[in-house]
Amino acid sequence: MIFVTVGTQLPFPRLLDAMNALAPELTEPVVAQTCAAREADNAAWPALEARSHMPPDLFDARFSEARLIVAHAGIGTILSARRWGKSLVLLPRRHALGEHRNDHQIATARQVEVLEGVHVAWQVSDLPGLILGTDLQVSSQRESAEHDRLVARLRQFILS
Amino acid sequence: MKRKKILAIASGGGHWQQLMSMRQAFDDQDVLFVTTLAGLPEQYDAHPSRIVPDCNRNEKIAMVRNGIAMVGVMLRFRPQVVISTGALPGVIALALGRAVGARTIWVDSVANSEEMSMSGKLARRFAHLWLSQWEHVASTCGAEYAGSVL
Repeated sequence: MIFVTVGTQLPFPRLLDAMNALAPELTEPVVAQTCAAREADNAAWPALEARSHMPPDLFDARFSEARLIVAHAGIGTILSARRWGKSLVLLPRRHALGEHRNDHQIATARQVEVLEGVHVAWQVSDLPGLILGTDLQVSSQRESAEHDRLVARLRQFILS
Repeated sequence: MKRKKILAIASGGGHWQQLMSMRQAFDDQDVLFVTTLAGLPEQYDAHPSRIVPDCNRNEKIAMVRNGIAMVGVMLRFRPQVVISTGALPGVIALALGRAVGARTIWVDSVANSEEMSMSGKLARRFAHLWLSQWEHVASTCGAEYAGSVL
């Protein structure tokens, strides 16, 4: 199963439209948490098992069952993928397209692109290649060097 | 070594997730977790914990309610260190923590990749350790950069 999530704050039709177009070519179900304003709006993506929002326990269940996560480049999504050891394909939201209040998702995607198991679709057209590709690198639950550095600095301050 | 009393606070959502991601820095200490959303601490096995009312800059009454709840938590727990990833309830906790003699840490949310958050700017005067998770943001505003949860 592929789990698509756009977070809980803002809709992201560009990603959902692309996944809806791609789903018929896939051999596995695509479940999506869409953040659509009304459940009825999810009819726009008939190839997806779409819901606007999920209670936390259901969200965690879908996230942990999925083979692959396809998502916006949200901080919460990236941290969840590390928590559950999931491969990620990210499509960052763009400020210029009215998808977020700034371009922090672009900066975030650049920062995490180098990590194991994280793949960035800079454009919608990059998505099929990444998702249909058979050699998606498996994610690691290992923390990054930047993460270890932050923890070490906090610990040093706290214990001093 | 005697364990330190750490008050770790973040609003529900991304702020909380980031706090959880860095908890290994203090998890072996005497920690009290504080957040704004019931159920979150259980989801992350973070205990003991307290829930305080959420607030933002546009809700003065909520700020007062949050402040009153936080004063109660501070006076009972008497933290030696207060750490927050945001948002406004974290600023209030840093201010009150400092008033009861705690050393204070602000880790600005990694979502602020262009400038320090509004809460982070407010937190500056109360934070002994004032961090941005982006090197270029830190150098622009005079914060320290010491890595990031990413």
